[in-house]
Amino acid sequence: MNFPLLAFQNVSAANPWTYLVFGLIGFAFGFTLEMSGFGNSRKLAAQFYFTELTVLKVMFTAVITAMVLTFGAVSLGLLDYSQVWVNPTYLWSGILGGLIMGVGFIIGGFCPTTSLASASTGKIDGMMFMLGGFVGAFLFGETEHFFTDWYNTAGYFGRVTLMDVFGLPTGIVVLMVVLMALFMFWGSEQLERIIGKKDMSREPKLRLYGVGVVVLLALAVVFIGMPSTEQKYEKATILRTVPELQADGKVTEIQVKYSAEEALNQRLVQVTPAELFKARYDQGLILTLLDVRSEADYNLFHLRGALNIPAEKLKSRIPELLATSAPNAVYIVMGNDEGLATQSWRLLTAEGVPNVYILEGGINNWITVFGHTDPEIQPSSAALDEQLKFLFPAALGDRYECSDPDPIENEHIEFTPKIQLQMKRDKSGGGCG
Amino acid sequence: MTVSSKPVSKPFDLKALFNRPAKPYAHPYLGGVILGVVLFLALFLTGNGLGSSGATSRLVVFAQDQFVPDHVDRTPYLLRMAGGDKNPLDDWLVPVFFGALLGGFTSGMIFGRVKLETTKGPRISDRTRWMIAFLGGILFLYGARMARGCTSGQALTGGAVLSAGSWVVMLCIFGGAYGLAYFVRKLWN
Repeated sequence: MNFPLLAFQNVSAANPWTYLVFGLIGFAFGFTLEMSGFGNSRKLAAQFYFTELTVLKVMFTAVITAMVLTFGAVSLGLLDYSQVWVNPTYLWSGILGGLIMGVGFIIGGFCPTTSLASASTGKIDGMMFMLGGFVGAFLFGETEHFFTDWYNTAGYFGRVTLMDVFGLPTGIVVLMVVLMALFMFWGSEQLERIIGKKDMSREPKLRLYGVGVVVLLALAVVFIGMPSTEQKYEKATILRTVPELQADGKVTEIQVKYSAEEALNQRLVQVTPAELFKARYDQGLILTLLDVRSEADYNLFHLRGALNIPAEKLKSRIPELLATSAPNAVYIVMGNDEGLATQSWRLLTAEGVPNVYILEGGINNWITVFGHTDPEIQPSSAALDEQLKFLFPAALGDRYECSDPDPIENEHIEFTPKIQLQMKRDKSGGGCG
Repeated sequence: MTVSSKPVSKPFDLKALFNRPAKPYAHPYLGGVILGVVLFLALFLTGNGLGSSGATSRLVVFAQDQFVPDHVDRTPYLLRMAGGDKNPLDDWLVPVFFGALLGGFTSGMIFGRVKLETTKGPRISDRTRWMIAFLGGILFLYGARMARGCTSGQALTGGAVLSAGSWVVMLCIFGGAYGLAYFVRKLWN
């Protein structure tokens, strides 16, 4: 089974029991916060006067616990990291919003969820904070249009992780965050002892064993490492809605899950030149044509608007594709024939790039369909596999007629549609945004 | 405490239920580990972490949609949550929000901490505390919407999944609070 479970990814009235799952998660969340003392604003505010650093301890213990477990599950191949919501980076609105939150924190004494734990246990200040929160959210909704451009674009980097920023393997980053947190715990205990005048000798010894466990888990993530592309490909699946004839003679649509290799063999992901041609005019899709051939071939001939990423460089460009991928983004990979494109398709699919397709028969097939009337392009008989089967008078790139066939002439072109959007996650579906 | 010491014949006493001595809070590291496991399970099962400010926003938009649906339809930001036949409450954050309220209450009941009171610094009146709590709530949620998540959705969840932007937000929350702490120390000490 692949985690996270597809059925739990989005709450909707269509499956009411998802409300129950998230309700239980929320219940455990509120319970833990109250249990840790976050219903009391003085305990929260004490953090900022160094007398009691409960907030920092609880928060960073939670962060490193969840982190080592999450990346532990990823490294064992149980959890698909590309399906876990990673908050996209909007640098400037994040910085300003964060600072405003800090001000609200020290004045109000709560953060939104702790105010829930507080209000629900009868604390009047918690209720007032909660009410203020509704007003604040209302005000934001009503003022967002004044700075909507800045809010949506300033410092937007998409799905960027600390691994991308520092260029380090996941395990190393996990270990560094653990060590940093442990250092902060040590520091806060010193502060509590000196400023808060707390007797640290009464602290439980058990916490030292906890240090050992979390460091061991982080080391395990370092040594096991992240799953390889091959391992991820083994687990990759593709969902398709297919019509099925029922016993009573009616046809209903059912969802079928295919493994990546099955989808390839059953030719579910190979789109004909005609479908690609039509998809270029489909306003509902954000279409990216990935030309994975060599730069030389690309310069000889390519489809108008195609992006040249030679197959050997594709892997390094995947984080970029994942970072900014919209739910209706569709990628069509093309080589001269199908072999190279199929290899690239396997790589992209394994790494979790959604909606990737292959141009059937590659560029050679495209020219056969759309370029047979072009007197400038002549068939070449000497071509080997994965080479261009045509001769070009010059490296004109996309300035051939069939680089961008006439949409009126080809308006009624026919094909069997293969492209189906795999709406994995709405852009606003995850996270708190 | 032994079971026999409980008054058996007495009818259910609601007042006594809310006046039990409060039990001490859990040790911060223990609380943190439990919270971390909850967060991990949320990520593992659903791919979503924890959050709550998004739900506050959605509840507000839901109310707006009842009274001024035309205004919602004309405001792009609100439209994303409630445009047309979209129900702003149809989101994972909403059950998490109500679950958290119920969870907090349950923990308070178990440990004897449900009590109508105001938690505040010694130098200010209840009324002042209510006012600044209200003001703090306004600011916090305004900032949370701007940063696309609060301490739960950004700092906790984004921190655990190692999102670069979330770590920046987390540092800024603590930076803002520490930066102002000295100037408002009379509120708390």
